[in-house]
Amino acid sequence: MPGITREEVAHLARLARLELKDEELDHFAGQLDDIIGAVARVSEVADQDVPPTSHPLPLTNVMRADEVRPSLTPEQALSGAPAQEQQRFKVPQILGED
Amino acid sequence: MTDSTATTDGTAVIRLTAAETAAKIASGELTAVEVTEAHLARIEAVDEKVHAFLHVDREGALAQARAVDAKRAAGEKLGPLAGVPLALKDIFTTEGVPTTVGSKILEGWLPPYDATVTKRLKDAGVVILGKTNMDEFAMGSSTENSAYGPTGNPWDLTRIPGGSGGGSSAAIASFQAPLAIGTDTGGSIRQPAAVTGTVGVKPTYGGVSRYGMVAFSSSLDQGGPCARTVLDAALLHEVMAGHDPLDSTSVDAPVPPVVEAARNGSVTGMRIGIVKQFRGDGYQAGVLQRFDEAVEVLRGLGAEVVEVDCPSFDLALSAYYLIAPSECSSNLARFDAMRYGLRVGDDGTHSAEDVTALSREAGFGDEVKRRIMLGTYALSSGYYDAYYGSAQKVRTLITRDFEAAFGQVDVLISPTTPTTAFPIGERADDPMAMYLADLCTIPANLAGNAAMSLPCGLAPEDGLPVGLQIIAPAMKDDRLYQVGAAVEAAFVEKWGHQLIEEAPSL
Repeated sequence: MPGITREEVAHLARLARLELKDEELDHFAGQLDDIIGAVARVSEVADQDVPPTSHPLPLTNVMRADEVRPSLTPEQALSGAPAQEQQRFKVPQILGED
Repeated sequence: MTDSTATTDGTAVIRLTAAETAAKIASGELTAVEVTEAHLARIEAVDEKVHAFLHVDREGALAQARAVDAKRAAGEKLGPLAGVPLALKDIFTTEGVPTTVGSKILEGWLPPYDATVTKRLKDAGVVILGKTNMDEFAMGSSTENSAYGPTGNPWDLTRIPGGSGGGSSAAIASFQAPLAIGTDTGGSIRQPAAVTGTVGVKPTYGGVSRYGMVAFSSSLDQGGPCARTVLDAALLHEVMAGHDPLDSTSVDAPVPPVVEAARNGSVTGMRIGIVKQFRGDGYQAGVLQRFDEAVEVLRGLGAEVVEVDCPSFDLALSAYYLIAPSECSSNLARFDAMRYGLRVGDDGTHSAEDVTALSREAGFGDEVKRRIMLGTYALSSGYYDAYYGSAQKVRTLITRDFEAAFGQVDVLISPTTPTTAFPIGERADDPMAMYLADLCTIPANLAGNAAMSLPCGLAPEDGLPVGLQIIAPAMKDDRLYQVGAAVEAAFVEKWGHQLIEEAPSL
């Protein structure tokens, strides 16, 4: 399966919201190919009938009472915002002009 | 030693253990302010060379020390670590104090809240001196991936102090603090401890709250103590650990009796297993030599040592480098340049999505980008079953190997890491070579076990520290301390002092 191309790295970068530079595409393609080639060994167990483990603790749905508790003030929550307006996070344009 | 503050018997304050420091503060021989000032002076004197700290909170530390002294003056009972200075890994949020995770994407961020670990330290009267350097987002084994420059190993400043918690291990190894805190996703507490001749513990997964600990790989990340002695690590473990309703993966059970175990070191009658898989090509001769001597020490103390086969451990590294990047690619999606952190390209010509991609490109370093893309690849349709799905099966097989092993023995042992500290730069652009540093530590993360590294000597060929790893079943963290304290006492008797006393004074 391995054989990661420059184009595939560009695709992964788009999915991961990373605006990579051209020289990075070449650099990462070689490295990702090496890493995936090495870790692909796990597929040795792909056909075994073994249940997957996603987490070391067998926990499900840890609930708490639905009560109002102290939390961050709007000022605190906005304190690290790159931009804010009217007690809200101010973001660049999301939709196109038309 | 550059430090002149000394106790009544002439010992430099900075060379005391945490337990000794706390006792002297409680008895009135030293004040917390004196202890804090001695450590701040040490930081001032040596950290330009070591670069263990990203931020020193001088005023905050002195204010906390004054509060401890005032409590004592008022006759209040002090906790077991009250007034003791500590270096905190820069992955734990600290209200109003910079928290960067070693990344440019959080440069200048002042968190509006304390992590649970931070809060527990403050409540216990521990004096937080500052925040320590680390591989960006805890991704690395050398601290070279910090956006703020590497940290030197106090034993040889041209070598790595381990990673990701290299700042914490270097801070305690260079006597800038008696205690530190790290986080261990694949070995980031234990491997730095091993290469700096210090003690580091990864508690059982869920034993220490992750609330306010910036997430890398949530099913693996675990905070834990770093110290120069086993007892000091236990005292810190007890302060940090315990159930936290703010972390849904926190274990709701009593903290294992780690301090009691550290005070009663013994391996008489214990069965100890050597992991057969952790030996062979790639292991430095001096590391194996010191490990074999540690085995003889354990036998001499009355333990029965046997070899244990854990065949699935051979796949642990591969499984880890699929699971951890997969979780990181999801966790780090929160760095979108909208609510906090770096924002680049917001000039009216770029959409929100463009700004996110430009900011992440500018804010993340190479290793973080590699892992995000690796995780994105492993989780993408067409590859998911072969990679992420198989890695999860390996995780089950590793857990079964541990269960079978702990049916035969009380604890497992191995070298902590295959080599001593390597030179800064040697593996910096060779990810696979770097990943091998975590070969022996990763299985305990995948299964959620408790594990410790403690010093077992210097490798003859380079004079650098070697670590002994002890692995215990989940929630049996006390066994690490029971065995660790026995081994430490035997080595101190043999050497005439703690190994760290042999480190250069800088």
